[in-house]
Amino acid sequence: MEIILALMIAVLTSAGIFLILQTRTYPVVLGLTLLSYGVNLFLFAMGRLHIDKAAILGDNENAYTDPLPQALVLTAIVIGFAMTAFVIALSLKAYSKLGNDHIDGMHTKKRRER
Amino acid sequence: MHSAILPILTPLLAGFMLLLIKNYGINNQRILSVASLILLFAVSLSALLQVLQHHYIVYAIGGWEAPYGIVLVLDRLSILMVIATSLLAFGALWYAIISDTDKKGAHFHVLFQLQLFGLNGAFLTGDLFNLFVFFEILLLASYSLLLHGKGNGRTKAGLHYVIINLAGSSLFLFAVGTLYGITGTLNIADLAHKISMLPNEDISVIAAAGLLLLVVFGLKAAAFPLYLWLPNAYSKTSAPVAALFAIMTKVGIYAIIRVHGTIFGDNAGGLANYYTPWLLYGGLMTLILATFGVMSSKELKTQIAYLVLVSVSTLLISLAMHSVDAMSGTIYYMIHSTLMAGGFFLLADVIVRSRGKIGGKLIKAPFFEKGVLIGTLFFVFAIAVASLPPLSGFFGKTMILFAAINHQQQGMIFAVILLSSLLVIITLAQTGSQLFYDTENSVEPLKANVTNNDLYPIVFLLAFAPLMVIFANPLTEFTQHTAEMMFDTHAYLDAVLNRSKGAH
Repeated sequence: MEIILALMIAVLTSAGIFLILQTRTYPVVLGLTLLSYGVNLFLFAMGRLHIDKAAILGDNENAYTDPLPQALVLTAIVIGFAMTAFVIALSLKAYSKLGNDHIDGMHTKKRRER
Repeated sequence: MHSAILPILTPLLAGFMLLLIKNYGINNQRILSVASLILLFAVSLSALLQVLQHHYIVYAIGGWEAPYGIVLVLDRLSILMVIATSLLAFGALWYAIISDTDKKGAHFHVLFQLQLFGLNGAFLTGDLFNLFVFFEILLLASYSLLLHGKGNGRTKAGLHYVIINLAGSSLFLFAVGTLYGITGTLNIADLAHKISMLPNEDISVIAAAGLLLLVVFGLKAAAFPLYLWLPNAYSKTSAPVAALFAIMTKVGIYAIIRVHGTIFGDNAGGLANYYTPWLLYGGLMTLILATFGVMSSKELKTQIAYLVLVSVSTLLISLAMHSVDAMSGTIYYMIHSTLMAGGFFLLADVIVRSRGKIGGKLIKAPFFEKGVLIGTLFFVFAIAVASLPPLSGFFGKTMILFAAINHQQQGMIFAVILLSSLLVIITLAQTGSQLFYDTENSVEPLKANVTNNDLYPIVFLLAFAPLMVIFANPLTEFTQHTAEMMFDTHAYLDAVLNRSKGAH
């Protein structure tokens, strides 16, 4: 399970970083989303991985899953959601204003037309 | 003793109330917004008086004691930053109202108050994850403020600003996660406590997390190589917002002082102060590049944005020196540069408006109405920003340079700071003569809709330069004490983790 989770985080993060480095806004937004997924899994794993353990403190011994990382992930998801919504709205605005979805708003298409 | 949370609640409640009264006209919104700012100032002053008596005021939110709950920590540095923010915000809001910037789009006042909410929260929190949340709040408000109204290139500059900060937030979470994974706590004081007795095999992981945090704060402070977003964002947005953003870079500096200064301070064992070389070389590099930026700017607002960078990099260098004297100079210079940069942005807007179509371009243009008065203000601002005597910048920079005498790298620090100051002085003299002397005198002066009313908020902010000199003695005493307290991490840990010993 540890291996799968670690690989998931690695794949999500590297895909996110690769997409952030693209020149169009849509891939960049996708990249930011993937990166935040990677972060969320990473935060979750920081409470260590347990199976079949009580959420806070159960009757049996001291074994329990740490609830704090789950609260952190929840907060991070909510914030990430708001940010993604904002950046999508902003890139749509940039698209309508600058006439293309290049991250620097370059008017390549118009130039070719002229 | 709720004084620690009042500076956070005041702008938050004002923001919500402003939303409720949005149909009652702009005038009511303005009154409420200004009233909330005055209340914030009063609340912060009373908090300051309490801090002077008790040193640390720890406020456990919901009654959950540290390290289990989130605490707010009110101390000298945090309350000083809150007061500086409210003064700067007052100048910016005043100008926004007089110049009708707040009418150019919906919800200016709401966003303005929420921005203050995020800023004050970031200054007062004692919890790393809570710091992340307040960072997000102040960033979200700043994204909207940056795009407020219409302006050339604002969308593009905003897009860059938002994306780089979102990437920064992800890094912040990675760092927070790593720290929690190793130490099992997120309270800054508890982290400092746990890191001082860390087993050897965990040290390198924590070191990586700490440097990751430094990258995030460096991004906020616009340190090399993460400064490229700043000049565009600051020069393209509206003047009051740019003025308020003068405090945003200082949030990064403050976070480095608070988080790294406390967690990786002198008691951190193997990790004690391991971050300072990064700060030093990053700061020196930023200062060199920012000076080149100032010299090569073809537009007034871009130039001032680079001047903000110059002051930030000076602060980074002085933080890296890691001594009480340097910290005292840092705090003094931080307050000075925040207020001056804010006022300078407002003045630049007045100049741009006066010059009509030519705007802020540094080229030959006709003279304009009130040019002598505006020119005088520009002259005084240039003196303050370039750190010439007799204004406060000179004091701050002298304090920093005095502290640098005993540093190992003193030669490099002196050379870079002094050369950069010289080049900034020359460039500002050149800009001033371009704007006010080298004008087309054959044509009539341009008529501009700039009134004396526009200049009052600028004079208000400028007044702090002489005031900080006149009251330099009590102020430097205050910053000296503050610096001593920042280095006395034991007292901070005692106050936060063991509240019976603290002020409560």
